[in-house]
Amino acid sequence: MSAGDTQPAAQFSFAVRHAKRPAWALIGERLLTALIYACGISAIFFVLSIFVFVFKEAAPVLFSDRFDLRQFLFSEQWYPTSEINKRYGVLAMTAGTFSVTALAMAIAVPFGLGAAIYVSEFCGPRLKETLKIIIELLAAIPSVVWGFIGLTVMSKLIVQFTGAPVGVNILNGGIILALMSVPIIVSIGEDALKAVPDSYREAGIALGATRWQLVWRVLLPAAKNGLLAAVLLGVGRAVGETMAVLMATGHAVKIPHSILDSVRTLTANIAAELGEAPADSDHYRVLFLIGVLLFTITFFVNLAADMAVRGIRKK
Amino acid sequence: MPSETHIEIRDLRLAYGTREVLHGISLDIRRNEIFGVIGPAQSGKTSLLRCINRTIDFSPEASVAGTITVDGEDVRGAKDLYALRRKIGMVAPLPVGLPLSIYDNVAFAPRCAGMNRKADIDAIVEQCLRQAALWDEVKDRLDSLGTKLSGGQQQRLTIARALSHQPEILCLDEFSIAIDPVTTMRIEDVLKDLRKNMTIILVTNLTQQARRLADRTMFLWNGEIIELGPSDTIFGNSPRDRRTYEYVNGLFG
Amino acid sequence: MFAETPFVRDKRRSETTAKWVFFAMAGSMILPLLLIVVFLFVKAAPSLRVDFLLDIPRRGMTEGGIWPAFVGTIYLVFISLAVSAPIGILAAVYLNEYARDNWLNRLINLAVINLAGVPSIVHALFGLGAFVYAARFGYSILSASLTLAIMTLPVIIASTREALASVPMSFREACWNVGATRWQTIRSVVLPNSISGILTGVILQVSRAAGETAPIMFTGAVFFKAVQKGDLFAYNLNEQCMALSMHLYTISTQVPGVRESVPFATAVVLLGSVLLVNAAAIALRAHMRARKKW
Repeated sequence: MSAGDTQPAAQFSFAVRHAKRPAWALIGERLLTALIYACGISAIFFVLSIFVFVFKEAAPVLFSDRFDLRQFLFSEQWYPTSEINKRYGVLAMTAGTFSVTALAMAIAVPFGLGAAIYVSEFCGPRLKETLKIIIELLAAIPSVVWGFIGLTVMSKLIVQFTGAPVGVNILNGGIILALMSVPIIVSIGEDALKAVPDSYREAGIALGATRWQLVWRVLLPAAKNGLLAAVLLGVGRAVGETMAVLMATGHAVKIPHSILDSVRTLTANIAAELGEAPADSDHYRVLFLIGVLLFTITFFVNLAADMAVRGIRKK
Repeated sequence: MPSETHIEIRDLRLAYGTREVLHGISLDIRRNEIFGVIGPAQSGKTSLLRCINRTIDFSPEASVAGTITVDGEDVRGAKDLYALRRKIGMVAPLPVGLPLSIYDNVAFAPRCAGMNRKADIDAIVEQCLRQAALWDEVKDRLDSLGTKLSGGQQQRLTIARALSHQPEILCLDEFSIAIDPVTTMRIEDVLKDLRKNMTIILVTNLTQQARRLADRTMFLWNGEIIELGPSDTIFGNSPRDRRTYEYVNGLFG
Repeated sequence: MFAETPFVRDKRRSETTAKWVFFAMAGSMILPLLLIVVFLFVKAAPSLRVDFLLDIPRRGMTEGGIWPAFVGTIYLVFISLAVSAPIGILAAVYLNEYARDNWLNRLINLAVINLAGVPSIVHALFGLGAFVYAARFGYSILSASLTLAIMTLPVIIASTREALASVPMSFREACWNVGATRWQTIRSVVLPNSISGILTGVILQVSRAAGETAPIMFTGAVFFKAVQKGDLFAYNLNEQCMALSMHLYTISTQVPGVRESVPFATAVVLLGSVLLVNAAAIALRAHMRARKKW
């Protein structure tokens, strides 16, 4: 303390007050800040350019008179390589995407939410950490490995247990997609449950509710927006998944009648045919048009999920 | 008694969104005085400080009207905002040791200002740590983390950091809230010493602290100045406003 | 006096039932997977030797190893990382440190969410249209890596943002109070204290990029490419390469007569690498939690 008195504070105030940052530092900081802003805005740029580039390749066929948008959306006839009777109807593939996604969600939503509830409400901290790590690792499994599992393991099991002639079908794709969507649903769902204030739980328990009632009457209603977002993101992932369904659902372009029918999804169709369609042919452009369709579907699914999440934050 | 005006505030209004927290306050703070600000929580004390060094800019929803001048220069038109902030030392209620070494905590501001001679910075670090009554405790471990110090030490480190850019004005915002009485007394001694070189604005929730230290005290309540005058009057038996008497004597707040 | 009343007993039972029901739901998602992984290993065992990794595919890809694909994946991953890491980290810095709550930034957030949600095959179409054709990079490692980079950008943005957000606001305020600019604050306090979180994001990007197939299938990955055994510098930026994920797809669907253990071993190598990389990220995160500086 006393030592400070011997050195008056004013002695070096001059030095700090008159210190100047070198010009290169000031200019460097300006440039870097500009770069940071540019990178921030780049996300918008990338999403827009994805749409623009995919749409640009699709546009010539979309606006040509050889092409009928209604036929594209509502016909199940897909004969892109036919010499005399070309048909570009994607209804069968839309049905394929829809059926596989629906089955996947029918499995993944109850199990995923159940697992989220277990992780968030019932298990001890140790087990919780372990389960979360396993779920994170599951989410990391590449889709081509999932497809491979569907093709080799799952299809044999399906043939064995159901007696279906082929094992690559809606059931196979649905199970694989369900397993792929579960990690997303669990982790987002667990976040949503974590966001429910503890006071709700305490109030519920104080009123003598069992944990079962607590889950049904208190937690699920309170976390419903977040859980909805979890489900929507699961749907988004399932609709957009490519490799797994390409390998696990078979390649039949027809409207399915049972879950043991093979189907082809929108994504798998692009992956299967893009390599063979000559660049700039109508076939090639229609595949890009399917890309535009997929972009639009997932855009709205993600938008809805985002709005659901925003809903919880506002509260 | 000092009398030259150092900070002049005229009709300062501050609103967060539509909620106005300062309703047009005007006051002068004199050079080299200790200026006490007392008042219950949510009175706008911290907001006032943030207007002076313009860290209010970091709250995007805040809108400010009125003028504040420091040394006759309007802070809202400050040419070099960072130089303005260096003119004003700010100590927050909770001690914040930056996750840097003790040395770097104090050297941070001079370096940001553009100083880079090791000898100059060494001198500043030593002097500021001495002024904050921390030097003897940490001189052997200047390269250990500032965040690992005890609460009281961190608060003195915060003060050392606020002094490191050699401010003309030192604002202390309820600095004793998180530290023990012994450390508080040590810092109060430091403040009495520092006033020779700077103007000190002491925002405090402990009315007795203002009484011990401040030359003049302002009682701020709900964004309005209830009373401003020599501490003897404010803390005496007959302040002008009855509410001042009641607050100072613990009848509310 | 404190004996269970029937009501309390029912309540306790329902509690236990609930717990087990949810446990079963969690378990039924996880257990089969563990079994599948074990099954993959068992089937792959006959081929799993070090030489499998270093050798090139032989006899029309029906036998031999996976070296060209393995090296190709390394190329793709690191080039895409070199592009997406700086952009992603700076974008996250913008979003967490500079952005205010206005329409532009809501739009950016929405864009990031959508970038993550766009199907991988649409990224492939974009890469084909933008990099292969428009930018004239052709079918090449460069086109494929850039496509992967844009696709994995959200991974880095999300984890960097989380890391930056975990640095307490009070540190920033303390810096601003002593006259530090935003960038000085970020450089000296915010970034050094979120570096492990950022690294975690980078590692996750690596694992994601290594596993992706669709985006590279039409932009730069190729069925087969002749490469020297064990050659680490097998490819140029402007030529096509093999990739592990693509190779797995090819030999399990397109090539007849492959020895059974080969695709399984390929799957195990791919899965193993991805899981190892992820485990590294998890370990890093645990490590950083253990030695927090505040």
